[in-house]
Amino acid sequence: MEISSNLSNTNTSKSSFGRGWRLSLFICSVIIAIPILTVLASLGLPFSESWQHLFDTVLSDYVINSLLLMIGVGTGTLVLGVSAAWLTAMCDFPGRKILSWAFLLPMAMPAYIIAYTYTGILDFAGPIQTLLRHSFNWEYGDYYFPEIRSLGGAICMLSLVLYPYVYMLVRVSFIEQSTAVLEASRNLGKKPWQTLFLVALPMARPAIVAGVSLALMETLADYGTVAYFGVSAFTTGIFRTWYGLGELTTAAQLCAFLMLFVFALIIAERWSRQRLRFHHNASQKKMVRLQLSGWRSALALSVGVLIVALGFVIPAGQLAIWAASRWQENVNSQFLDLLFNSFSLAFVAALCCLLVAIFLAYSKRIFNTRLEHGAIGIASLGYAVPGTVIAVGVLIPIAWLDNQIDFLSRTWFDYPTGLLLSGTLGILVFAYLVRFLSIALNTVDSGLISIKPNLDESARSLGASPSKVLRRIHLPILRTSLLTALLLVFVEVLKELPTTLILRPFNFNTLAVRTYELASDERLMDAALPALAIVIIGLLPVLLITKSILKERLTND
Amino acid sequence: MEKRYLHLGITKNVLITIFITMLFQQSLIADELNIYSARQESLIKPLLDQFTESTEIKVNLVTGKGDALLTRLQSEAMNSPADILLTVDAGRLYRAQQAGVLQSIDSSALDSLVPSHLRSSDDKWIGLSVRARVIIYAKDRVNSNQLSTYEALADPKWKNKICVRSSNNIYNQSMVAGMIASQGMEKTEIWLKGLVDNFARTPAGGDRDQIKAVAAGQCDIAVVNSYYLGRMLTSEDENQRDAANKVALFWPNQGDRGTHVNISGAAITKSAKNPISAKRLLAFLAKDSSQRWYAEKNNEFPVRDNVSISKVLASWGPFKADTLNVTELGRNNSSAIMAMDRAGWK
Repeated sequence: MEISSNLSNTNTSKSSFGRGWRLSLFICSVIIAIPILTVLASLGLPFSESWQHLFDTVLSDYVINSLLLMIGVGTGTLVLGVSAAWLTAMCDFPGRKILSWAFLLPMAMPAYIIAYTYTGILDFAGPIQTLLRHSFNWEYGDYYFPEIRSLGGAICMLSLVLYPYVYMLVRVSFIEQSTAVLEASRNLGKKPWQTLFLVALPMARPAIVAGVSLALMETLADYGTVAYFGVSAFTTGIFRTWYGLGELTTAAQLCAFLMLFVFALIIAERWSRQRLRFHHNASQKKMVRLQLSGWRSALALSVGVLIVALGFVIPAGQLAIWAASRWQENVNSQFLDLLFNSFSLAFVAALCCLLVAIFLAYSKRIFNTRLEHGAIGIASLGYAVPGTVIAVGVLIPIAWLDNQIDFLSRTWFDYPTGLLLSGTLGILVFAYLVRFLSIALNTVDSGLISIKPNLDESARSLGASPSKVLRRIHLPILRTSLLTALLLVFVEVLKELPTTLILRPFNFNTLAVRTYELASDERLMDAALPALAIVIIGLLPVLLITKSILKERLTND
Repeated sequence: MEKRYLHLGITKNVLITIFITMLFQQSLIADELNIYSARQESLIKPLLDQFTESTEIKVNLVTGKGDALLTRLQSEAMNSPADILLTVDAGRLYRAQQAGVLQSIDSSALDSLVPSHLRSSDDKWIGLSVRARVIIYAKDRVNSNQLSTYEALADPKWKNKICVRSSNNIYNQSMVAGMIASQGMEKTEIWLKGLVDNFARTPAGGDRDQIKAVAAGQCDIAVVNSYYLGRMLTSEDENQRDAANKVALFWPNQGDRGTHVNISGAAITKSAKNPISAKRLLAFLAKDSSQRWYAEKNNEFPVRDNVSISKVLASWGPFKADTLNVTELGRNNSSAIMAMDRAGWK
């Protein structure tokens, strides 16, 4: 590990190359920022009377519940994610290889779907409680059973499906850590637990923070789960204010405050590790895993199996049972269209996010001034904003632009253009970019940070341009991180619902839309098939990436 | 070497251009009908297909939440491609009317097909189906003569006995809005406090969940939309049928104003390129065969009494529906929510 000063190359920023690069960076960030600025701009509008009402009644509930949710999910994903990463990256026990990819499975499970299925299983009227009542002749109130539809339930559901973000990033970080450091720690007589807490975890800190902050942002933006469980969180409040009170401005203002809160968190996090840079040299040395035996390996295995069972096997199994009972009515050509739409949309959006993320993260690396930090900060905001709000932030300025173009074209050329951009797939992809860029960015950035700056310096001193350094040196080293970023965005878009609902063109449906429509009509059995399809398609890239991670390790072993 | 790269570069550019054109393609032709629908696809598409078959007018559909579609409509303004807005409650139609994005329907045929209390007073929208919010009770624990009105649900004898979903739900909001319209705000606030005190649990889940909770014994009565019970009774899932058979339906307020009803409805947008075809579609949706379809497929009630209804609906017997103009539900919606917030209805 080496702690070095920032890599800032004043020559680069002054050259004409640097100016062109930074101009495009500026334009790029402004475009991405427009939807977010649209929402923030609502703070400039007058605050209506409904604010007084919110203060008097429900606002404190929204804030407290959201904070509790964040603390709960933050702790949950940290514990689950780091344990899973430690077990599979640093230890060896029977079943480790299978677990190392199985731990990613819950990622394919949207939080609202896992919430539906567990409610079906654990609810008062569900099979487990009914069985208990029948076997012991109990009535309502005779026994205690945890209520799934509660704040605690929401924390469990979200932690179970969000921990893979922490797991994946921390695991990569553990694997890429110099084995020499870990061995040194062991040779100095430190126990494995001490090595974990004193060496491996501090070194993995950027990855841990990136993973947990992804999970927290997703938690803040979650609507489906908290709404279904009847938890009054900030997002449910935003929708209640908009849909119920019909106050779009107040809802946007609430959302702007949520964004400011997230922005403060991001700044605090970046400030806290500003002086620290964690680097390591790519090591070709074979890493010796800690061999677990006896009860230790049995414990490791059962903990792993339990996590995967709760986060994936049980809910997916329930979905499969439901889907199997109704597949004849639901599998048809329409269903194939849904598959194709979802798959291609997710792929295109993921690719766009990845390209922009590489551009932003690398700009930060070579220039590292306030402009880059600001651009990245703004680009990161989208993830914490509920999809519906992003959609409105996209919808309003784009429709305005369309109407202006139409107006000008009518006055100058007497030709109506109509709406050029609104209601196209391109706008939908743009909205996904705004919403999910931060996932790709966090992943690429945390990968880039751990590449030693002197690599750049040597290459640059040999006359290579920054873009050549990126192409020839960074991208190949970052292969795993890039694939991870692509996968994360792909799966997110596949699961995405509210933005898709509002912005999609006529006659265009996705699996998530179909699942939602059926589930909101309380037809869970029919919803199970598209839900299961989301889960299965979400698995394909999970398998792809695990294969590449495993292969990489094999060549090193 | 150089040449090959050049070639590759051109192909790449062509591909990118094609790709971008595909992304931003607008596939809208003027003589088609475009619908923004808050009613979900499976519950409207079959009717639209029938319409296309008989008139050869193609119908394009986007579904979504009512308010989101309304926002889209508003921001697209006069250039909006939408001809028709379909919603599943009167409140959203009222909001669209207030936002000035609707045009008058102006059709005498529709005037005679849809009763006046299920239409907007200024002819901006019409109801297409009626949804009743009813009381469901456990057959083995409650006798129907213990039940009378929505108001009576605030009686302390129902303490810890009532299940109802969240106040985020539009049907609850409309029910309270209707109460405000008929009883005034003061009485409604007192009623709400009593009702919330009687809740058996923090509101969660949907209407079916409330029915299941009554069947399982967690509460004795629930307030739900009648079609959910209808769908559970005709469900292919045995558990749902079992649960539905343990409860019975009670029509509240038969002695006075009648049971609270809401509508699903339609309006023609101001930007409609094709208002004549739009009117044809509305008339199609209001005619007897389409109205029967609503009853059969969704277990909702037709807007007219003379349309035959499904066996399940008929089994609940005739009922007196509140004839309050549904515009009032939209008008009182936000006061209803504030009252529910104050009463602590989560």
